[in-house]
Amino acid sequence: MTAISSYARALAVATGTAAPTATVRHAHLSARPFVLVPLTLAGEANAPLAAMVGTAWDEATLLVVAQPRNRDLRFAFADQLAQIMLPHVLGFAAATEELTSGPRSLDAPQLIVPNPAGVEFVRLFARSTRFRSTEGEYAVAPNVPVLGRWLTFFAERAEIPGSSLMLAVTDLLGLHWATGQSALEDANLAALLGWIDPPPGLRGAAAARLAEDPRHCPPAGPTTDPGFDTEQLAPAIAAYDTAVAAAAADPAAGSAGVARAVTRLENLLRTQLQPTWDLVWRALDLLDGLPPGASVPARWETDRARYTGFHTYMVEEGLPQARRDGAVTAARRLNRIEQAQAAYDADRAFDDPLVMAQHRVTGEAFSGTVVAVERDRRIPNGRGKGRLVTRPLLTVRTEDPIRLTVGAKVVASSRRRQECVIEAIDIPPEGGGLLITLEARSGMGRSAVPAPGTVAEVGESLCYSAVLADGVRSAPMPDTADTPWTHGGPPEPYEPTEKDTAEAWE
Amino acid sequence: MQNRTEDRTEQRLDRLRGRAPRRRHDARTIAALTRNPGCARRAVLDAAGVDKELLARQIGFAAPFGQSPFAIVRGNVFEARVTADECAALLTLLAECLDTDAEAGADEATSSDVIYLDLGASGAGPDAEGPARRLERTEAVLRSEAAARAGAGSRAETRAEPRRTVLLAHPLLRLAVGGQDVYLEPDLLVIRPDGRAHVVEIKSFAVVDGQADGEKVAAAAVQAAVYVLALRRMLGTPAAVSHDVVLVCPKDFSNVPLATRVDVRRQLLALDHQLARLTTVQTLLDALPPEVTFDLAPAADGAPTRPAGELTDALDQLPARYAPDCLSVCELAFRCRQEAAGRTAALGASVREELGGIDTVAEVLDLAGGARTPTESQAEAAAHLMITARMYAEGLSAGQALAPPLAPLPAPAQLQASLSASHPVPASASASVSGGEHG
Ligand code: SF4
Repeated sequence: MTAISSYARALAVATGTAAPTATVRHAHLSARPFVLVPLTLAGEANAPLAAMVGTAWDEATLLVVAQPRNRDLRFAFADQLAQIMLPHVLGFAAATEELTSGPRSLDAPQLIVPNPAGVEFVRLFARSTRFRSTEGEYAVAPNVPVLGRWLTFFAERAEIPGSSLMLAVTDLLGLHWATGQSALEDANLAALLGWIDPPPGLRGAAAARLAEDPRHCPPAGPTTDPGFDTEQLAPAIAAYDTAVAAAAADPAAGSAGVARAVTRLENLLRTQLQPTWDLVWRALDLLDGLPPGASVPARWETDRARYTGFHTYMVEEGLPQARRDGAVTAARRLNRIEQAQAAYDADRAFDDPLVMAQHRVTGEAFSGTVVAVERDRRIPNGRGKGRLVTRPLLTVRTEDPIRLTVGAKVVASSRRRQECVIEAIDIPPEGGGLLITLEARSGMGRSAVPAPGTVAEVGESLCYSAVLADGVRSAPMPDTADTPWTHGGPPEPYEPTEKDTAEAWE
Repeated sequence: MQNRTEDRTEQRLDRLRGRAPRRRHDARTIAALTRNPGCARRAVLDAAGVDKELLARQIGFAAPFGQSPFAIVRGNVFEARVTADECAALLTLLAECLDTDAEAGADEATSSDVIYLDLGASGAGPDAEGPARRLERTEAVLRSEAAARAGAGSRAETRAEPRRTVLLAHPLLRLAVGGQDVYLEPDLLVIRPDGRAHVVEIKSFAVVDGQADGEKVAAAAVQAAVYVLALRRMLGTPAAVSHDVVLVCPKDFSNVPLATRVDVRRQLLALDHQLARLTTVQTLLDALPPEVTFDLAPAADGAPTRPAGELTDALDQLPARYAPDCLSVCELAFRCRQEAAGRTAALGASVREELGGIDTVAEVLDLAGGARTPTESQAEAAAHLMITARMYAEGLSAGQALAPPLAPLPAPAQLQASLSASHPVPASASASVSGGEHG
């Protein structure tokens, strides 16, 4: 929690609706997102029970596993999901642009789940399908392991801050609004939306209470409501088992009974999925109402490049990802995540004054008005030969409680290409805040005189911040081949073994 | 004298509970207790053995705790599989997971004999036999094992005693919590050839590629730590009980058991500390008016008959200390949350801290808006809140000026207006913001 988001929560309590914590949308939203709302059977290790999937609000497909403990039915579910999802995912690969670094798709698939538990479902479901063998005793449909590898790709991208390839709706909403309840309660999608977009006549708290009642609003999963399990699901699954047993004894008469039992389960599970499905799409509509942040397209470009890269890998090699990262891979990965986090944090602050507000509270950023400019100042470049470089000086008056010191590098959100260094901090004799003297070091063009418009004018309002993307430097990592023996020597590239494919799943 | 006080406490607690059967503490409720040790309400109700779930339902705040029948079945199936044939499958796993030297372990598993004792053997369940008897037997076994090994140690040079492993199923332990004895039932204890006892817990959540749900592991570790603490206090020799416990969980997506050693030293320290902090129940009871009772007054069919209003009034006599965490551990959470509406603590500890530790949302906003003169101790928090409020308002309006949103967001001016409308400067610090909700 930050000061700003905590204050916003206090505001939400008082006003009865969520308070914004962002003025722009900080994630890319696809025009055709692939929404997946999964349900699992309680107590089992990631046993799918049902899912609602599709790329438009009014085009939902319901998938149901009538007996989630049955291994064959589970893989039939995986196959069905693959048949719907893979054409969508692969469909973005054809249209590409040529860059110097290679091709990059013009758009990429986006996977949306209701909450972080949905992301975890995808990660585990991917793990349980990507090693499956398509021949031999435990053969599964050819689609299944391919789906597992793609889901693994999405789940891994979901860990990278700023990536929009796979998003959890509650995270997304929580990034843009603060409710009048605790973060723990925000994990409930319906309650969270109750605060952000309460039904007419209801205040956020009342809407959230209503949403918490599983009878009024089924949980967003993947875990189902225990009351539902006891009263409705258990009898319906038992009825299915009975019907299957009857059909085994008398196939001619029994098959209609099995069909009836399946229909009953489908109807039942639809009641649990449809409300969440609707909430997800409502949330996406709300988020769509926010204008995208300036850096969102650039981050999506990275996502598109990653998508193209993985697509190429699947075409050329396509081996499943390892069960666990080796020591070096894991360290690299952590490093990548840290860098992505720093870059994403900086992007959001520069894109959005309300995010920057937090840095102003902590004194890492300040807003002010330019009161003096020495535009044509030139000083020796320090490398001898009497060469001069252009280094304009700006004086900014601010009322903000800054914690920055002389020598700090700052950038203005409206002039992100120009790095400045704080040269002096003075208290003006007449009082009223602080005078910050900045030396502009870049972003002025190549000639001796700064290009027009590249230096701020007197009277301009600016917000300078030290929250720069290059805050985290990449620690030098040994090459894979040079992995020290203390870390297990050079790791073997991962090849699935017999053990992986024969693994029991029941 | 001592006894008279104890009797008095017992009588008072019995009166609080009334005619309803006593709800006993278990490792899970103790773990929960230590998550909110400052709550007098919970301490008293638990000590009295009041059925908090029923109480909550009776006052219209039914708790959302329930377990799916599928989870229960899966848990039972897995436990049965692990404990089948006197835990045959478990022995190798335990040896592998507890032996630091794998080779010695393989050797040991074959050469040492194994004794399996079921202290809660069928027919003589805990209620048939009474807890005292089972407790005695548990203690006797543990002590005699410890003694046998101490004896072996003293003449270790001459001839090695048979090195054996003892498995204790359904033991019963005792732990004093807030001045009250609580009985605990771990799944299994194993006494290794080196004489050390280890707590073994069977859990049905999966460990996939060596990773499991962090929250579930944490809960299991605290629960096991409760058992370790109880054992150590019973035996009086901490060294006899290892701080390494064993969690037995299904491996990957299968039903095959996997044993993992978990060091619970950190949990033990926390528990020790929290249990010591628990105010003794007697002090809390003394502060209670004598007529207070939570007797649900069951009718002939067992249905509670005491009016909700009376029960709510009784609850009001016990000071609560609500935090969002209560929602996952305490049956009364919905009621306490309602009471805490408008308090910063209800938003979470870190939010409260960011808001300068100020008690209510109304105060926070008044201080932030300059509508209230801070007390001396609030001065620093107030200054910070005023800056935060200014930065928030400026950030919001600057953002809207940059990129006018398609859906209108409330402008700061509107926010301020609706704030002052919903709660004019309160006369007392206890004025709650939620008051506006009903008005
Ligand atoms: S819910 Fe209420 S009674 Fe239970 S621990 Fe929290 S404050 Fe105490």
